[in-house]
Amino acid sequence: MAKDHNDAFVEFDRVQKTYDGESLVVKDLNLKIGQGEFLTMLGPSGSGKTTCLMMLAGFETATQGDIRLDGRPINSVPPHKRGIGMVFQNYALFPHMTVGENLSFPLEVRSIDKSERESKIKRALDMVQMGEFANRRPSQLSGGQQQRIALARALVFDPELVLMDEPLGALDKQLREHMQFEIKHLHDSLGITVVYVTHDQGEALTMSDRIAVFNDGRIQQLAPPATLYESPDNSFVAQFIGENNKLLGTVEAIDGETALIRLDNGEVIRATAVNVTSKGQKTLISIRPERVEYREELMPPGAQTLDAEVLEFIYMGDIFRTRLKVAGSDEFIIKSRNTQGQTRLEPGQMIKIGWDPKDARALDAQ
Amino acid sequence: MCADVTVATGGPALAGSSSLKANLRRAEAKKRRTAFMLTLPLLAFITVMFLVPLIGMVWLSVANTAVRDYMPKTVAAMATWNGKELPPEKVYAAVGEDLTVAYKARTFGRIAKRLNQEMPGVMGVINKTSFRSSKVTTPPASWKDELIKIDPKWGQMPIWNLLKRQSSMFTADYYLAAVDMQVSPTGHIERVPSYERIYIKLFIRTAWMSALVTALTLALGYPLAYWISRMPPSRANLMMIAVLLPFWTSLLVRITAWIVLLQSQGVVNSLLVGSGMVSEAARPQLINNALGTVIVMTQVLLPFMVLPLYSVMRSIPDTYMRAAISMGAHPWRAFWRVFAPLTVAGVGAGVLLVFILSIGYYITPELVGGQSGQFISNRIAYNVQQSLNWGLAAALGTILTVVTLILFLLYGMITGKGKVSLA
Ligand SMILES: Nc1ncnc2c1ncn2[C@@H]1O[C@H](COP(=O)(O)OP(=O)(O)OP(=O)(O)O)[C@@H](O)[C@H]1O
Ligand SMILES: [Mg+2]
Repeated sequence: MAKDHNDAFVEFDRVQKTYDGESLVVKDLNLKIGQGEFLTMLGPSGSGKTTCLMMLAGFETATQGDIRLDGRPINSVPPHKRGIGMVFQNYALFPHMTVGENLSFPLEVRSIDKSERESKIKRALDMVQMGEFANRRPSQLSGGQQQRIALARALVFDPELVLMDEPLGALDKQLREHMQFEIKHLHDSLGITVVYVTHDQGEALTMSDRIAVFNDGRIQQLAPPATLYESPDNSFVAQFIGENNKLLGTVEAIDGETALIRLDNGEVIRATAVNVTSKGQKTLISIRPERVEYREELMPPGAQTLDAEVLEFIYMGDIFRTRLKVAGSDEFIIKSRNTQGQTRLEPGQMIKIGWDPKDARALDAQ
Repeated sequence: MCADVTVATGGPALAGSSSLKANLRRAEAKKRRTAFMLTLPLLAFITVMFLVPLIGMVWLSVANTAVRDYMPKTVAAMATWNGKELPPEKVYAAVGEDLTVAYKARTFGRIAKRLNQEMPGVMGVINKTSFRSSKVTTPPASWKDELIKIDPKWGQMPIWNLLKRQSSMFTADYYLAAVDMQVSPTGHIERVPSYERIYIKLFIRTAWMSALVTALTLALGYPLAYWISRMPPSRANLMMIAVLLPFWTSLLVRITAWIVLLQSQGVVNSLLVGSGMVSEAARPQLINNALGTVIVMTQVLLPFMVLPLYSVMRSIPDTYMRAAISMGAHPWRAFWRVFAPLTVAGVGAGVLLVFILSIGYYITPELVGGQSGQFISNRIAYNVQQSLNWGLAAALGTILTVVTLILFLLYGMITGKGKVSLA
């Protein structure tokens, strides 16, 4: 899908938020979300994701800055006039109403007449495959079913923007993966804009058009999933998303894209300069485990190689995980697929590992 | 390992499933015994201090012992009397002999008191007859003539009908009196003369004033409980302690404080007069009347309304209201459609609790109620302490207890569903 991010549908413009007047929970947030985009806010607990969502919904006010919806500032629009659909982590289905009454609520509020209400409710329930459940009470539904109803209720009044705060947090893994697929499917077919909050990186990677990684009240990186995973901008993102090997060192020289790094054990290696600017700077080199090769014949041309000692071999079914001691770090992980004839490394074995210097990213040392 | 396998396949369990059940039952029985032993002191206390007096009260409200105990011969002699015309000589003789004994044993007063409760004026007849018949040394030729000579009332039917009625072991007289009814001299049930009708009026007043107090505590308590329930937990706990603070102050002290505030030369009146809102001559009467009772009881009972309301509201997460508002409902509408219906159980519990406590209230109406603010309990106390009509007091008390019990069962049904707890 083509998304025009310049023509922002939702825009946070230099937004700040403090609850206690002392510490900023959200610091200088700038974010443009395009019409029809699926944007995920991903970050550790307490990083301010829910706060951002609540400011957008109108339940919290921004201490500083503007929030615009479709070009109009909405700071002074009360939440019930914003027309934004919401899905909550605990579903917030009204326990004293049936499923049908729950879905009817936003329509009654809008004074939509009965026949149209019924057809909209039916369409929304069919959309989440819950057509037969209109007369049940929420307490008579399983967690996954309640989740679907909550989704249908947020969509039944045709909002253009839907906010979801960890909507799948309470479901088990299998159901969660299934619902991820369904939500994504609904997003594609309805063309709505979704702002989704999660702290599950797998969820964020599979569902989103773009991901905003939050930490400490700031967006650390805003990028499509592949970019985020393969080209993290800083060491927080590199470590927060996916598995990551880190090597500590000092910048020896920088030549355009490439940097020479002296590792803590004295060895000098080549890496991609991402977040380093000057000689002598401390740096953290990040390398994805699956980009490290230990069979010489398979290493890319011009590979950077290092000696390593095998510490532990972990059998995980489809993959093998091997823990190595590399350049003083004994937390270095490599992954290899359990293919026919794959060698199993023995602890104590000395090997040579190598990678394309493009895959080693020299980031800030935090 | 081997043993594990056999257990897992269920061999022994299947073979001895009945013994398994027996084991379970034995284990459960032991647990129950322990629980029973632990609560035994409390059970004993409740039995002695609560159940026994309660049973005693019910007994007092129906028991009719005075005539049976102190006029045994009369009761025996009247057993065969048809009650249509004046009784035969042997009944007169029995009365004469019984009252002679009663005079010597100093028990005639009790007979007189009991009979007088049902027929005012009889006391004098009994007292006089006891005294005079005890002076009769040789048995007279005709006790009938003798008694009628002492008091002509012995020659008329009403006193005999009364004695006949009072010779049975149980009586409904007290309950009739408790609802302003009586048995007429001719044996019919009728309402007492209008100037004597007080209890129905008192029951109604107790009920409606309790309802008023309940409504006021609800009107004051609901917003308060809502406000506290939306606070962060630490502040909410502090506020709840403030709500419960009155519990640590003696009721008497609080009532005294109210008297200081509300009396005609009190703080409130002085402020009203001082600010020129009312003139010196028109100081409103705020206490020693129904108004005073309502004001003070509302304050005293407010925590009992706030507690169940708060407990229910606390369990309603913010997200319900937020969800409703995000769907386009004005906050007021969201409140009425979503929040309020979820608090119905708490409202029911609070209303019943306050109402139950109100209808049994005694001390507050006694101290600040004056004449127009008296509750049924005050009348019960009067009958116990002043008029010494314990049977009537017991009947009133039993009626009050039964009403309370019914309301309490209702309360149990609401809270029993696990929605409301007072913890
Ligand atoms: N109502 C509030 N009053 C005061 N502080 C708050 C309030 N809500 C959140 N905070 C604080 O703001 C910070 C950010 O909270 P927020 O709920 O936005 O985090 P989050 O990213 O959604 O975390 P999580 O993943 O745990 O949901 C936290 O430090 C939290 O303690
Ligand atoms: Mg959150």
